[in-house]
Amino acid sequence: MILRRLLLGVVTIGMVSLIIFGGVELLPGDACTAFLEREAQGKLLENCRAELGLNRPAYVRYWSWVSGAVHGDFGIAVNGRETIASLVGERLLNTLLLTGCAMLVGIPLALLLGVVCALWRDRSVDLLFSSLAILAMTIPEFVSATLLILVFSVWLGWIPGIVLTPAEAPLREFFPEILLPIMVLAMVMTAHILRTVRSSVIETLASDYAQMAALKGVPYWRIIFRHVLPNALLPTINVVALTIAWLLGGVVVIETVFNYPGLGRMMIDSISDRDLAVTQTLALIIALIYVGVNLLADVLTMLANPRLRTLKARTP
Amino acid sequence: MNDAAAHNPLAGLAAVVRDIVRTPSGAAGLTLLVIHLAVAVSAPFWAPYDYREVSSLLLLKPPSPEHWFGTDHLGRDTFTRTLLGGREALIVTGVATPVAVAWGGFVGIFFGLVGGRLDDVFMRFVDAFLSLPWILKMLVLIVTFGTGPEVFIPTLAFFYGVPIIRVARAATHDVVARDFVWAARARGHSRMTLIRKELLPNVRDALLVEGAMRWSWMLLAFSSLSFLGFGVSPPTPDWGLMIANARGYMSFAPWGVLAPMVALSSLIIGINLTADALAKTLGVDRAQKAPI
Amino acid sequence: MRAPPLLNIRGLSIGFTGQSGETLPILRRVDLAVAPGESVGIVGESGSGKSTLALAAMGYLKHGLRVIAGDVLFPERDMFALSPTELQVIRGRRLALIPQNSGQSLTPSMRIGAQLSEALALHSGAAKRDYPARVTDLLNKVRLPDPVAIARRYPHELSGGQQQRVAIAMALAGEPEALLLDEPTTGLDVTTQAHILELLRDLAAQYGTSMIYVSHDLGAIARVCARVVVMYAGEIVLAGATRRVLSNPSHPYARGLLASIPRLASSQLPAALDGIPPMPGGAGAGCAFATRCALAEERCARQHPDLNDPDPAFDNQQARCHFAERAVEIPLHTQTPPQPAVNGGTAAALTLDEVSIRYARPTLLQQLLARRATATPTVSDISLAVVKGETLGLVGESGSGKSTILKTIAGLLPTDHGAIYLGEDEALAGEIERRTHAQLRRIQLVFQNPDESLNPRHTVAEILAQPLQLYFQLSGPELRQRSRQLLDTVRLSAHYLERLPSQLSGGEKQRIAIARAFAAEPDIVLCDEVTSALDVSVQAAVLNLLDTLRRERGTTYIFVSHDLAVVRALADRVAVLYQGRLCEVGATSQVYSLPSHPYTEALLSAALEPDPDSAPRLTANDVIESSPPAAGCPFQRRCAHRIGPVCDRETPPWRTPQPGHAIRCHLPMAADAPARATGGHGGVN
Repeated sequence: MILRRLLLGVVTIGMVSLIIFGGVELLPGDACTAFLEREAQGKLLENCRAELGLNRPAYVRYWSWVSGAVHGDFGIAVNGRETIASLVGERLLNTLLLTGCAMLVGIPLALLLGVVCALWRDRSVDLLFSSLAILAMTIPEFVSATLLILVFSVWLGWIPGIVLTPAEAPLREFFPEILLPIMVLAMVMTAHILRTVRSSVIETLASDYAQMAALKGVPYWRIIFRHVLPNALLPTINVVALTIAWLLGGVVVIETVFNYPGLGRMMIDSISDRDLAVTQTLALIIALIYVGVNLLADVLTMLANPRLRTLKARTP
Repeated sequence: MNDAAAHNPLAGLAAVVRDIVRTPSGAAGLTLLVIHLAVAVSAPFWAPYDYREVSSLLLLKPPSPEHWFGTDHLGRDTFTRTLLGGREALIVTGVATPVAVAWGGFVGIFFGLVGGRLDDVFMRFVDAFLSLPWILKMLVLIVTFGTGPEVFIPTLAFFYGVPIIRVARAATHDVVARDFVWAARARGHSRMTLIRKELLPNVRDALLVEGAMRWSWMLLAFSSLSFLGFGVSPPTPDWGLMIANARGYMSFAPWGVLAPMVALSSLIIGINLTADALAKTLGVDRAQKAPI
Repeated sequence: MRAPPLLNIRGLSIGFTGQSGETLPILRRVDLAVAPGESVGIVGESGSGKSTLALAAMGYLKHGLRVIAGDVLFPERDMFALSPTELQVIRGRRLALIPQNSGQSLTPSMRIGAQLSEALALHSGAAKRDYPARVTDLLNKVRLPDPVAIARRYPHELSGGQQQRVAIAMALAGEPEALLLDEPTTGLDVTTQAHILELLRDLAAQYGTSMIYVSHDLGAIARVCARVVVMYAGEIVLAGATRRVLSNPSHPYARGLLASIPRLASSQLPAALDGIPPMPGGAGAGCAFATRCALAEERCARQHPDLNDPDPAFDNQQARCHFAERAVEIPLHTQTPPQPAVNGGTAAALTLDEVSIRYARPTLLQQLLARRATATPTVSDISLAVVKGETLGLVGESGSGKSTILKTIAGLLPTDHGAIYLGEDEALAGEIERRTHAQLRRIQLVFQNPDESLNPRHTVAEILAQPLQLYFQLSGPELRQRSRQLLDTVRLSAHYLERLPSQLSGGEKQRIAIARAFAAEPDIVLCDEVTSALDVSVQAAVLNLLDTLRRERGTTYIFVSHDLAVVRALADRVAVLYQGRLCEVGATSQVYSLPSHPYTEALLSAALEPDPDSAPRLTANDVIESSPPAAGCPFQRRCAHRIGPVCDRETPPWRTPQPGHAIRCHLPMAADAPARATGGHGGVN
C-alpha cells in the first residue's frame, strides 16, 4: 500500500515537471527574448540562445533540466550571475520559517477549538468560534492582513507592520516583524482545520459505536477520549496536509503585503521579470512540497488506521 | 423540497430559496448577495460622483456629508468608487463560474463514468496540475497575455474548472455504483443517455454547491490579483486595487482601506453563507472541502 | 404468581415533534413486565416501534425523541429519572445491550481485547492483571475459536458472526441480570444465525439471565423466547406465550403476519397481507390495523381498542382487538389450491456453459508488480440450463456468487471463460456493448433494494418511460397509456405516475421496479434477492405478484435468494451455490428432501421456522470463508460428512440420485442415502 502510494507520488511529480516545462514552452517568447527585450532579434538573439542552450530540441532541454533538478542544479539566473539554487535556498528557508511558525500555532489551536466546538455544539462557544472561523476563511488574506496592520501597528503600534530585514539575515532577526504574517496565516489555517475537525467529531459522536459505548455504561469523557477522538481525528490528517499545501499559495500574497523576503515574493518578482528559469524552479519546489506533504499525510493515515494497516499486511 | 426541484424548475428554485432563508445564516448570506448584485447593477445610475473625477483640492479628505467615505489620494470620491468597485469582479467571475462548472462538471462526470486506465492517467494529470499554486499559474498567463476581461474570463474558467473535475468525478463515482445505474446500463442505454438521465440529475446538487464555492474563490483570486497589481487597470475602480492604493495612507486616512475591505468581505461572506445554506438544503456534504 | 418484575415498563409513550409542532407518538402506552430469568420477545415489522422500545428500556432515546408519558422501572427506579452516573452503573452491569449491527457498534480503533477489558474495568470487580485471562474466558464463553488471537484483532478483521459474538461477550462482561437484544442476528447467514441463537439460549439458561429479544423474525423469537408481544404502529397488539401465539394467535394482524411467512415445508405461496401500516406517529383515532383487517367493522375505525384481558379460549393471550374472539376466522394457511406447475415445454430459455467469472481485475500497477498472476475465479464452472417458463432458484449464503452470476448474465460483468446462450443457441456477448437491442430487451433485471435501483430524481412515469422509449420508441399518449397499463399490472393505480420513489413505500417501490422490468416484455427476468429488503407481509404480496406475472406471460425467472423458504415457494428448480461453485441442482422437491449435498443439508437444517417445535440442527460450523480452496471440494473445510483427504484433493464428481437431480459430492448417493441418515443429526459445534 505504502509502496504504491510512494510510486504514485513520484509519478505525480514527473507529471508536474512535464506540465511546468510544457507550460513554459507553450508561452510565447523565452528567457532570451525577455532578457534582451527590444533587441531580441537576429544575431544577438541567436547568440544568447546558443549560450543558454535554448536552441536544442525541447526534449533534450527537458531532460537536462530534470536531471539537473534531481542533483539540485537549477542553472544560473539570467540577469544575475548567482546560481538559482543558492538564491532560492535562502528564500525557501525564510518561507519555511514563516509557514512553520504558522503551523505550530494553527494546528494545535485548530484541533483544540474544533473538538470544543463539536462537544458544545450549538452553544455559545461553538457559535462564536464557528462564526469566527467562517470570517477567517472567507475574508481574503490581503484584507485580513491589511486590517491587522491597521490595528496592531498603525493604531496600537505594538508590532511593526512591514518586514525590513533583508533576505539573507539569520532567521532570528525576523522577530518580531514576522509576527503579523504568522498571525494571518495561522488564522486562516486554524479556520479550515477547525471546521473539518468539528464536523468529523460530530459525525463520530453520532456513530453506532459511540452510542453503544454510552449504552455500555462508559463514562462520558472516556467515550470522548477513547472511542470518539481517535476515530474522528484520523481523517483530519489529510485536511491538515491540504491546508499546508494551501499555505504555499497563500504566502505569495502575504509575503507581498508584508514585504517578507520569501519564496512567494521571489515568485512574483520572477514572473514580472519573466525570469522563466527561476519561475520553473519555484514551481517545481512548491509542487514537490505539496506532493510530499500529501504523501506524508497518506502514509501517516495508513500507519495510524488499523483498517488500512491490516489491508497492507494481508496483501504482501 | 428537493423532490419538487426535480420537476418544476421554478417551483424548485422557490423552494430552495425558502429553505435557504429559513436559517439565519442563509438569510443573512442571501441578503448580502442580493444587495451586492443590486448595487452592482444599479450604481452607475445613481452613484453621487464620477469615479474618474480627480481633484487636487480634495486629497485624502475624511468622511463628510459630501463624501460619505472620504476621498482617495487623487481626490476621488471613495463612496462612488466602492459602489462601483465590484462590477468588474462580478462580471468576470459571473461569466467564468458557469463556464468552469460546465466544462469541469462534464469532464468529471465523463471520467467518473468511464473509469479504468484512461481515468487513472487523467486524474494523475489533474493532481499534478493542482499541486501548483493557483497564483503562479494565473500570473504566468496574465504576464504573458495581459490583463482585461478577455484574458481573465477564460483563464479563471479554465483554472477553476480543474478542481471541479475532481468533485464531479467523486460525486459520479458515488452514483455510478448504485443499482439504478447498473439497471440503466443493463437496459443498454447509450453513454450520453446515462450521463444526461441518470447521472446528471444526481450530481447536479453537488455541482451547484461547488459552483457557489468556486465563485467565492474566484472573486478572492481576482481581487488578490488586483491587489498585487495584476488585475484591473486604473482608473476602473476595483476593491483590491483600492485597498492596495490606500494602504500607503492607512495611518492618516484609514477610511480609504476600510470601505473597500468591508465591501469585498461582505460579498464573499454573503456568497459563502449562501453556499453553506445551499449545501445544507440540498444535502451535499461540504465538510471536507479544502481551499485549493 | 410471578416473581416481581425486573424490568417494568408502564404506560410508556414516546414521540417526536412534527414539522407543524404537533406531537407524533412512536410508542403508545406500552406496558411490559419482564421477570428475572424470563425471556420475552418483541416482534414487529419496520416502523412498529420495537427498537425504540428496546432502547427506551435502557433509558436511552434517539435524537429528537422524548417521553410523553409513563416510565421504565428497573427494578424499582425510573430509568429516565436517573442521573448519568447512576445510568452508567446500571448500563452494562445490570442491563446490557446486544446491538443490531455489531460491526458498526464496535469502536474501529480499539482492539477486541481492549474493548472487552474496558467493559471489565467498568463493570466487574476483577483485578487489572486478571483482565487478559477474563477476556479469554469471555471469548471462550461465546465459543470463538482461538480467543487469544481474536483479542488482538481489530473489529474489521472479524466476520459478521464473530463480531456478533464479541458483542455478546462484551454484554456478558458485567454479568448482567438482563440482556436486551436488538435484532442480533439480522443480516447474518442462516448457519451463523442458528449458531448465535443456540449460544444465546444456552447462556440464558446457564446464567439465569433475563432476555428481551427484539426481532422482525418470528422464527428467531420462537427459538429463544417463552413469551412474546407483537407490536403494530407503536403499540402492543398481542401478548402471550410464544407457543400459543405462534400456533393460534388471537389478533388479526398476528394471524395475517404468520400466514405471510413462507414455510420450508410448503411449496405454496404465502398469503399476502394487503395494505401498509400507518407512518410512525400517523395512526388515527381508531384501531391502527382497521384498514388492513378482514374483521374490521365501523366501530374499529372509530373506537381505539384496549388490550383485552387474558382470553382463556386462546390460552390467555391478550389481544388489542374488539373482535378477538372471531380471530379464528382469519386463516393461518393459504387457502388457494396449489397452482399447477408451469409447463413451458423443454425449450431452453437460457444456458450457461462452464461459465467462470473473475471479479477483481488486476490493475495496471498490479500487473507490473505481479507476483501471483491469477487468483482462483470468484465463480467457476457453472453449467446450467433454464427451460422456458420455469423459475430457477439460486440459493447460497453471502459471498456464494449468486448475484455475480446474475450480473454476468445481464452483461454487467464479463465472463472469464465459458459461454452464455439465449434461447436455444443464440450466443450472448460478454459485454453489453456487443449485445443487440433485442437481446438486451429479452433479459431484464430486478434488484434487491428498490431504494437503490430506482433513480431518486425520476418520477414513476419517467422510470417506466425509459425502457418503453428505448425498446419500443413509444411517446406521447401511447407512452402514457402503456405506463398506466404497467402500473395496473403491478396493482398500482395511475396516479402513482407523478410520484417520486421517496414518496412510495418499500413494497410499492419494488412493484415499480418489477413494472419497469416487465415494460421491456422480457423472456427472462433475473430477480436478485427481490424481497430481502421488504417486510414479511409485503414480501408475500410481491411473491404473489411475481408468480401471477409469470403464469400470465410465461416469463422465465432466475430467482436469487438466501431465504430457502421463499425459494421453495416460488421456484420449480433449485441450484445451490457455495463459494461460486455449484453443489446441487434439481427440482425443488428433490433438493429440499434427502439425499442432498452436505451444504444444502446444513442450510436447510439451520433455517428458522416460526414454530417452537422445529429446532434447527447445526450440521456445519459457521466459519466464513473468504475464498474457495485451491483444490478439491469447495465445502471441504466446513463439511460434516468429510470422508477424508479425497475431499481436499479431488473435485467431487456429479452424482445423480434421480433423473434431473445432481449432487456434486464424493459421498456415494443412493436414493435414500443410508450412509448419511445417522450422520445428519449429529451436529457440529
